[in-house]
Amino acid sequence: MSRQQWPLWEVFVRARRGLSHTHVGSLHAPDAELALRNARDLYTRRQEGVSIWVVPATAITASSPDEKDAFFDPAADKVYRHPTFYEVPEGVAHL
Amino acid sequence: MLPSCNTCPVYGNDFGIETPDDGGLLRQVEAAEEELRHAAGRGLGAPLADTDLQEYFDRVVGADQKIEPRDWMPEAYRRTLIRQIAQHAHSEIIGMQPEGNWISRAPSLKRKAILLAKVQDEAGHGLYLYAAAETLGISRDELVDLLLAGKQKYSSIFNYPTLTWADVGAIGWLVDGAAIVNQVPLCRCSYGPYARAMIRVCKEESFHQRQGYEILHTLSHGTEAQKAMAQDAINRWWYPSLAMFGPPDTDSTHSAKSMAWKIKRFSNDELRQRFVDMCVGQAEILGLTLPDPGLRFNEERQSYDFTQPDYDELMRVIAGEGPCNRQRIDHRRAAHAEGAWVREAAAAYAAKQHQRLEVAA
Repeated sequence: MSRQQWPLWEVFVRARRGLSHTHVGSLHAPDAELALRNARDLYTRRQEGVSIWVVPATAITASSPDEKDAFFDPAADKVYRHPTFYEVPEGVAHL
Repeated sequence: MLPSCNTCPVYGNDFGIETPDDGGLLRQVEAAEEELRHAAGRGLGAPLADTDLQEYFDRVVGADQKIEPRDWMPEAYRRTLIRQIAQHAHSEIIGMQPEGNWISRAPSLKRKAILLAKVQDEAGHGLYLYAAAETLGISRDELVDLLLAGKQKYSSIFNYPTLTWADVGAIGWLVDGAAIVNQVPLCRCSYGPYARAMIRVCKEESFHQRQGYEILHTLSHGTEAQKAMAQDAINRWWYPSLAMFGPPDTDSTHSAKSMAWKIKRFSNDELRQRFVDMCVGQAEILGLTLPDPGLRFNEERQSYDFTQPDYDELMRVIAGEGPCNRQRIDHRRAAHAEGAWVREAAAAYAAKQHQRLEVAA
């Protein structure tokens, strides 16, 4: 069977106003408009969202777990980025 | 597990039955979801450059963390998951047929609307699961071809016919009920995309089980003929539903490895027993009888003794000799072939729009 498969889209849904879009899954569709309609039917049948983004899966650049170590390493030794790093003298308020 | 309704926490009770909320299956789904969020917090660290891949995989699984698509995984783990998730997805797609059979003949507009929504859900479940399988490196087209060629299986239960309206009720109560018992532990599966898909599926599936139970409850409180119809449906669907849990543990081929990989959490027989224990009380409230003269409570085990389904029949149905095997797959092939022009037209339209954009740019 020779045929061209519809491209894969990743679907992001905003559950409520005030929340960010979250990845919920993926689907196949020939174009963006149908991807949106399919996403509505597939991922929001029970009012799970107020807004949907669809992104062609090929347009996403991912950091691969294989590079995880080196890639996220720079963050590991910078404990001073966290407020808990600092000693606060007794009695200091609103800090 | 006490015989309780799984759906109370999310759906209102509209047919006057007291169903205590004592840790139903939906609770377990929520717990699995919560667990999924917390698992990541148990720091395991990233694999170092010289970490053995197999060892790291074992450590992640051992710590109840999730394996994700781009992680290294043993080839047999990948193959097992593809086989299981695909079979599961195919079951949802083929599973639309027995109930779809009654959409045009549902006894009221309300029942028709509900059944349409339910069958649409099954399609949705199939699509979540196909998407999960695709993350393992197999394409949607390959999966569809494998189903149509009969090279991958779907659940044997869908090879039984829906002869009366009460069968729609029995499918919802027993078949979806058995599916939920099977699937709730899968919400904790070690493969992330499958676990996430199962959480979605289980949450929706509980509406299905409840609507089936309501159909049977209505029939069993109707005329004598209606009650008899409900009883007849249960008589026909009970043993095939028990068979859905697969062969007994002593004959199960895939179990041990899947348990070690935390794809599977409980054995076929454990889940079958759990299902029987749940159903007995529910059948009593329906005022209907489970067709098993050997069914009785075992004080010692605090569980029901029951008659095992006919596993030879199960094997025959799996091998293609069930009452509807041919019909189901023929129908799916025809539907797929008849939809080809729609897929082609949509692809052609998309290509044309794309071309126009490029010319304009």
